[in-house]
Amino acid sequence: MVAKYFTRAIFVVFTISILGLTGCAQPIEPWVKPYERQHLADPIMRTNRHPIANMHVAHVYEARESARGTDGTGGGGCGCN
Amino acid sequence: MEQAEVVVAVINSTMSILVLFIWFLFSISTYAAVLEKDRADVLYHSYDGGGMKIDGPAILLRKKASESVALSAYYYVDTISSASVDVMSTASPYSEERIEGQLGIEYLHDKTMMAMSVRQSDEDDYLAKSVNFNISQDTFGDLTNLSLGIAFSDNKIRRNGDDLFAEESQQYRIRAGISQILTKDLIIALNVESVADEGYLNNPYRTVRYIDTSVPAGVGYQSEVYPNTRNSFSTKLSASYYLPYRAALFLQYRYFSDSWQIDANDIELSYRHPFGKTVELELKVRYYQQSQASFYSDLFPYQDAQNFLARDKELSDFDDITLGVGVTYLIPKQFSISDWHSEASIQWDYITFNYNNFKDPTAEAAVGEEPLYGFSTHVIRAFFSVYF
Repeated sequence: MVAKYFTRAIFVVFTISILGLTGCAQPIEPWVKPYERQHLADPIMRTNRHPIANMHVAHVYEARESARGTDGTGGGGCGCN
Repeated sequence: MEQAEVVVAVINSTMSILVLFIWFLFSISTYAAVLEKDRADVLYHSYDGGGMKIDGPAILLRKKASESVALSAYYYVDTISSASVDVMSTASPYSEERIEGQLGIEYLHDKTMMAMSVRQSDEDDYLAKSVNFNISQDTFGDLTNLSLGIAFSDNKIRRNGDDLFAEESQQYRIRAGISQILTKDLIIALNVESVADEGYLNNPYRTVRYIDTSVPAGVGYQSEVYPNTRNSFSTKLSASYYLPYRAALFLQYRYFSDSWQIDANDIELSYRHPFGKTVELELKVRYYQQSQASFYSDLFPYQDAQNFLARDKELSDFDDITLGVGVTYLIPKQFSISDWHSEASIQWDYITFNYNNFKDPTAEAAVGEEPLYGFSTHVIRAFFSVYF
């Protein structure tokens, strides 16, 4: 069971790495130029606009719900339930 | 295969991937990224609901030591006063304090960001120490960001009032992500994370209940028994969209499954809208749903009914809905200290939990005939941020 979960994780990690490696070798040009990114650079678009608040939100959900992972925090335990 | 061997194999594989990744990243850089601004945040948080009141302060500091190195420190306190439904059915209300600290370092080389942090969370009966490593890289004309990370946590568990009780557990995490700019207004991201726990995973105080016809109350209690391992996999898809009138829309969906047969889904939509140059409003709605663990039961038919026993409501079948609102005030420069940009924010979340197979044992009813449990909670964060 443990091997199954980790095999899956490593497969995804490899796939993403390979996609990144091969993506750079493709002749596709980046289609959004640096000077076209003023909207994306606007502070209101930042998902981590309030990092200290995001850490608390993740902590509350992790203590009250079973799901964990991909919440933007590094993890680490506590006896919080 | 033994779990220890699997873990060693995983760490070896991960290190090999990281070495390959780092070598590749350093070989393709064309121009550099920059570290984020220095900032300090001071926060007061409060959670009030379901018989629990938790509040306290938190501080986050982040400072560049050079153009390529940034240091961070985080300090967080939970002051807990609990009379939750678990506590009221078999024990007495209690209060305790949890202190968490984190130190981090980030190193930027061209477009490669490496971050490492150490963390400690300390309570009377639980000490967790962890280390976390992440690496990320901008690539493809900076339209794509790739990230990888690993973490390890070592936990020591004690039981108040029982000096002989000493257990431990370990947690291993591995994660990867890709973030892609799709248009000049849209970014999407895919993140995955696998978490493996081994050791003592119970709550040392919690009991399960079973039908016991030999006592007048008709119900008996015994300690929970959990498996010694838990492995989970989580996938999150998220999107950030810039609306034409300067506002932002965020959508995220996460799917989670684990070896205890818990499947969970959550979806969150949030919206950020500025008013003039000084106010930002944030609205959020989130729905979460999970199935119960294979060894969970609200009421077991008899004592030692199965090898593993749980009656933790967080392992039961339930859903919750969050409604949130937040306001940030961008303090005008003439009121700022040393021309530092500063902001004051307050966020309020209202969360409603509905349990589908966890009955309220404090209700006046026959055993097993109690109404289903549910509660609502108010979560407040008030914080002040300074960029210097």
